[in-house]
Amino acid sequence: MEKILVGLKRAVDYNVRVRVKGDGSGVETDGVKMSINPFDEIALEEALRIRDRGDASEVIVLSIGPAEAQQQLRTGLAMGADRAFLVETADAIDPLRRARVFLELIRREEVDLVIVGKQAIDDDNSQTGQMLAAIWGRPQATFASKVEIQGGTATVTREVDAGLETIEIDLPAVITTDLRLNEPRYVKLPDIMKAKKKPLEQIPLADLGIEAAAVIEETRYEPPAQRQKGVMVDDVAALVAALKDKGLV
Amino acid sequence: MAKLLLIAEHDGTALNPSTAKCVTCAAAIDGVQIDVAVFAASAGAVAAEAARLESVARVLTVENPANEHPLAAVLAPQVVALADGYDYVFGPSTTFGKDLLPRVAGLLGVNQISDIMSVEGSHTFKRPVYAGNAIVTVTAPGGHPVVASVRTASWQAAGAGNSAPVESVEVTAEIPSHTRYVGVATGTSDRPDLQTATKVVSGGRALASSENFDIIFALADKLGAGVGASRAAVDAGYVPNEMQVGQTGKIIAPDLYVAIGISGAIQHLTGIKDAGTIVAINKDEEAPIFEVADIGLVADLFKAVPELTAALD
Ligand SMILES: Cc1cc2nc3c(=O)[nH]c(=O)nc-3n(C[C@H](O)[C@H](O)[C@H](O)COP(=O)(O)OP(=O)(O)OC[C@H]3O[C@@H](n4cnc5c(N)ncnc54)[C@H](O)[C@@H]3O)c2cc1C
Ligand SMILES: Nc1ncnc2c1ncn2[C@@H]1O[C@H](COP(=O)(O)O)[C@@H](O)[C@H]1O
Repeated sequence: MEKILVGLKRAVDYNVRVRVKGDGSGVETDGVKMSINPFDEIALEEALRIRDRGDASEVIVLSIGPAEAQQQLRTGLAMGADRAFLVETADAIDPLRRARVFLELIRREEVDLVIVGKQAIDDDNSQTGQMLAAIWGRPQATFASKVEIQGGTATVTREVDAGLETIEIDLPAVITTDLRLNEPRYVKLPDIMKAKKKPLEQIPLADLGIEAAAVIEETRYEPPAQRQKGVMVDDVAALVAALKDKGLV
Repeated sequence: MAKLLLIAEHDGTALNPSTAKCVTCAAAIDGVQIDVAVFAASAGAVAAEAARLESVARVLTVENPANEHPLAAVLAPQVVALADGYDYVFGPSTTFGKDLLPRVAGLLGVNQISDIMSVEGSHTFKRPVYAGNAIVTVTAPGGHPVVASVRTASWQAAGAGNSAPVESVEVTAEIPSHTRYVGVATGTSDRPDLQTATKVVSGGRALASSENFDIIFALADKLGAGVGASRAAVDAGYVPNEMQVGQTGKIIAPDLYVAIGISGAIQHLTGIKDAGTIVAINKDEEAPIFEVADIGLVADLFKAVPELTAALD
């Protein structure tokens, strides 16, 4: 296989305690730490391992987002990706349109395998990979915890509600990553320096001529209902009494 | 009348309880006709179960040997063919639905709504984002089918007093051969299913080994509870992945949730927000789990849990 394309979404860091803005227009992002979506680091790590085993020759990372997403792409290059694309748009775009952007890049670059995260931890959609596979007319293996490539096929173990499911897919295909697929490497300082010289191409979204889809409009954000702090009990006997009180045992 | 197609989840023999919850969500949309679709190699038993669900108008069965296992790439084109003339296509936000519905939406050329937690209007819904730290109201565009997954923990199961007609239907769809089912490894257990159990006991990293998890199982068995775990416990290999509770595991809503040796990271709490009563046992009184626990006990779990199990005799 020649090329693997990996999606790197710039998202609020998973350690940030997200707060809804007072006017309900969204969540607070000013001064908030932004990172690569955790599942996408796993996606990139897997792509790098496949390449370094000799099963692929090049790993390309793609982010669709604002100019600042270059930071995440540079991190991806420092991890070991060969090239990067930023499809630039100041506005958040819907998953179907994102999938169409991926498809456009797949066609331009003749990609053999796409690896994306199973979900972005900001919008928690879990859609982009599956939509891409649909419009590309290719297989999808979602929630992967193990990937084996043998020539033109991949055997993928998937984390499903019942346990671990294994499927076989023909390439080209889309794989989405679950948490236990691998542990992403840390980037080292020399790699960060080297990454500055790697190619990062910026393409304005408008230049791709992507058809817009009817969007699902977000009208209002609100904080979730808060659970109240309950009572602390001193010992097991008091715990049992409290449970009996509530009719739970 | 608007028509809604609900894709049933099943294992070939029984209907998954998530489907009955989706029916309740679908029925919250005013004046909608709910048809349940069962894609299977042989749909009989599953269809009969679906037909009993209240609010269901019809059960449509699509039988094909290719439908023996739920492969999204195989099912999606058939769903699209069957969905012709429908205003809504719904399914559960389980791994089955999450895999399938965006592929259906992609083929239909529409965006999709994930994890409906409430219905606010014919095209307006609420859903959680940012690991449940924000709730967003979304409106789907008119003039397109609404494809959505239902956050099952937000909905009660529909009653089972109905007897809707079951109709076998044929669909014309090209079924791809590029995706092949190999097998599934499922931990067999006699304990209540984690996603539907009314009581759940979960263990975290503090258990420190899979052998030590026996004290969690012993308590669960005493309570008649299902067993869950934090991501840390699954990552460490103490228990299998299907037991993970949280943002990227299972979202559950038992009447009683007992968190043992779990710190209460936001990603874990996302999975238990709708639990009735949360009990936490943790040796660290500062653990964030105590901020959401209804009953908290600061104690060493290795002492407290066996004591609790014994006290429940
Ligand atoms: C993208 C992403 C998704 C994630 N998804 C999930 C998810 O779905 N589910 C999930 O659970 N996590 C998830 N996590 C991980 C989450 O952030 C936490 O790391 C994880 O929940 C911690 O597990 P824990 O509470 O078991 O371990 P720890 O945080 O290490 O907590 C262990 C607790 O045990 C207590 N303890 C230790 N010894 C004892 C003792 N002897 N007796 C009593 N108490 C003791 C400690 O005080 C501590 O509070 C996700 C993380 C990321 C980045
Ligand atoms: N704006 C984006 N740029 C690059 N990749 C993205 C973007 N949005 C989503 N993806 C990829 O698609 C995966 C699933 O995202 P989502 O469907 O939004 O949950 C993410 O983990 C990314 O790998």
